[in-house]
Amino acid sequence: MSAEPLLRVENLVKHFHVRLGAFGEKAATVYALDDVSLDIQEGETLSLVGESGCGKSTTGFTILNLHRASGGKVIYKGQDLTRLDEKTMRLFRRDLQIVFQDPYSTLNPRMTVGEAIGEPMLFHKLTTRAQLKDKTAALLQDVGLPTRFASRYPHELSGGQRQRVVIARALACQPKFIVCDEAISALDVSIQAQIINLLLDLQEKYRLTYLFIAHDLAVVRHISTRVGVMYLGRLAELAPRDALFQTPLHPYTKALLSAVPETDPERERNRKRQILQGDVPSPLDPPSGCRFHTRCPIAMEVCSRTVPEWSAARPGHLVACHAVNSGVS
Amino acid sequence: MTARNAQERLLDVKGLTVEIDGRRGPAVIVDGIDLHVGKGETLGVVGESGCGKSLTMLSLMRLLPNKIKVTKGTAEFDGRDLHKMSTRELRKVRGGDIGFVFQDPMTSLNPVMRIGDQLCEPLIYHRKMAKADARKRAVELLRLVGIPGPEERLEAYPHELSGGMRQRVMIAIGLACDPKLLIADEPTTALDVTIQAQIVDLVKDLRNKLGMSVVWITHDLALIAGLADRVVVLYAGTVVEDAPVDDLYANPSHPYTRGLLASIPTLSDAPTARLSSIGGTPPEPGRRPAGCPFAPRCPLAMDICRREVPKLEPISSGGSHRAACFAVNKALKAA
Ligand SMILES: Nc1ncnc2c1ncn2[C@@H]1O[C@H](COP(=O)(O)OP(=O)(O)OP(=O)(O)O)[C@@H](O)[C@H]1O
Ligand SMILES: Nc1ncnc2c1ncn2[C@@H]1O[C@H](COP(=O)(O)OP(=O)(O)O)[C@@H](O)[C@H]1O
Ligand code: SF4
Ligand code: SF4
Ligand SMILES: [Mg+2]
Ligand SMILES: [Mg+2]
Repeated sequence: MSAEPLLRVENLVKHFHVRLGAFGEKAATVYALDDVSLDIQEGETLSLVGESGCGKSTTGFTILNLHRASGGKVIYKGQDLTRLDEKTMRLFRRDLQIVFQDPYSTLNPRMTVGEAIGEPMLFHKLTTRAQLKDKTAALLQDVGLPTRFASRYPHELSGGQRQRVVIARALACQPKFIVCDEAISALDVSIQAQIINLLLDLQEKYRLTYLFIAHDLAVVRHISTRVGVMYLGRLAELAPRDALFQTPLHPYTKALLSAVPETDPERERNRKRQILQGDVPSPLDPPSGCRFHTRCPIAMEVCSRTVPEWSAARPGHLVACHAVNSGVS
Repeated sequence: MTARNAQERLLDVKGLTVEIDGRRGPAVIVDGIDLHVGKGETLGVVGESGCGKSLTMLSLMRLLPNKIKVTKGTAEFDGRDLHKMSTRELRKVRGGDIGFVFQDPMTSLNPVMRIGDQLCEPLIYHRKMAKADARKRAVELLRLVGIPGPEERLEAYPHELSGGMRQRVMIAIGLACDPKLLIADEPTTALDVTIQAQIVDLVKDLRNKLGMSVVWITHDLALIAGLADRVVVLYAGTVVEDAPVDDLYANPSHPYTRGLLASIPTLSDAPTARLSSIGGTPPEPGRRPAGCPFAPRCPLAMDICRREVPKLEPISSGGSHRAACFAVNKALKAA
């Protein structure tokens, strides 16, 4: 990890100001993202996992400056993206793309597949009108769709095919970095594997860097270089893939891993699960100290008072937990 | 946990066919399905989106949407055909001896009705309980499904609960009348793995305590592995494989089942560079090919597969493991 990272995220914070109550009479703050720091290396797949609402998408959006950061920095090519106005940001948009969970809502229903893929190329002046058709065809081929699909509309495609179109559109910008926000979560199992393979092939071909947001830990284990585990807006643990899955340190990571079902009846029946009780607490009023202390099986007195330090338990293996830091666990 | 009393069938569905009156004329959605559930048995029904899982179950309760109807087949519950019962008889079974948990709790819970009233309704209707007794039982049920502070929760509206809690309320309603059979349609699909694990453990626990039968519908072959006694795999409205759970995972036979299992990454395999995958997509109803519905995606497809429909036939000596595939049957005969 000595090389200069592609992106450096420093102490990123995002708060949403919302209004509650039947008439919106009460102002409140959602602490969606709190002091998240990570480096993203060129060519790697860094995955973010955690329960719904823990801030994975907010991290992706805030890095891309699609949400204005409330604090912290995102350094890309020597610039702090969080400080750029929309006009300057446009110069970087091309490099930094996003693919969402629901491809239907991100495609304009009145645009053909060809138009959807061609639009960003024209916008960023990456092609001439004369070359547009060939380039679109090449992109369709890249994502494994027949070129005749260029004239189809989104509603004439299956979910997996639509996701391929969205990926082709992201690729059209010749990006360096793609946030895949639950990009395969809505797809059927047999289609998921196709899209994962496609993402891996494209990464190799174009040396892409991915921030891969997902809740399926088995998929994450399969495709990641490193994995970050989030809980209620904070990073709990960040480690190289094998370290995280073979020697997880944070109690929350351990609990998450033990909840994943496996395709082995014998093992499943006899398995001792460490089941987390209760739901994730509200981000409107996150617990003091370690945010996990209300559900942590080994919480100590200090945990509700002091925020655990984000520190390296081993080289490259970062964790925020008092028990780990003091060698209890 | 082997299939208990598997011979004694509580639910026995034969040749169930469901059709839709579509714009391009009628189309078969569920194509002659056979299903059975023994007393105390848990049946997993697995298949991809659109293969007909929900409509199969809705048809049993005669809750099919407009323009969709059962055109063939029988569905016996405790010896009586659900499709031939009078509406009055059916109402007694629905929510009484058969409990339901629907796919989407937000649309199947009444948003303007308090949780407590929704729980009491079936108790008052089916079990003829007095209001006060029903409320006591409702508190018990909420406690049973692990909802903290059940007395206060009775007064809550659905939107005041988290997704996981709503799902548990749905299960509580499904269990309200001590059903003989619980039908759960993807009850955990929208939930986090942590909450999913809580609910799976809860249902296992209740099943063992109450001795009920369960039909658990899912697209997740991993989830069902530790839960089911037997698994039925659906593809394009047909049963392609039906086996005791251990057999299915140890000897998956139908090319679709094998492909599915191979394409699921696990936490224990060596992480390889590429996943094995099934090419193509499942056919939509009305556009299903002649012959075997899996033929366009099948690596083993032969000429006969494109002409004739393979029947679900026994492939194990006891006959409990069945598959609908010409290649599997040919290999068996050759052996
Ligand atoms: N109300 C409806 N009108 C028209 N077609 C419908 C309707 N409901 C379902 N279908 C179609 O019937 C087929 C089977 O639907 P069903 O809901 O049973 O699928 P499923 O297996 O439960 O899928 P999922 O995993 O997405 O829940 C699908 O092709 C679906 O598009
Ligand atoms: N635009 C928004 N306005 C208010 N709150 C938001 C907004 N977007 C996300 N949140 C809240 O921020 C938290 C983190 O959300 P998100 O990043 O979407 O989580 P995840 O992607 O991990 O499921 C959640 O509590 C969510 O409700
Ligand atoms: S800091 Fe304390 S509460 Fe938080 S994970 Fe570690 S032991 Fe548990
Ligand atoms: S019947 Fe033929 S096409 Fe169908 S699954 Fe078997 S081998 Fe494949
Ligand atoms: Mg999200
Ligand atoms: Mg369904």
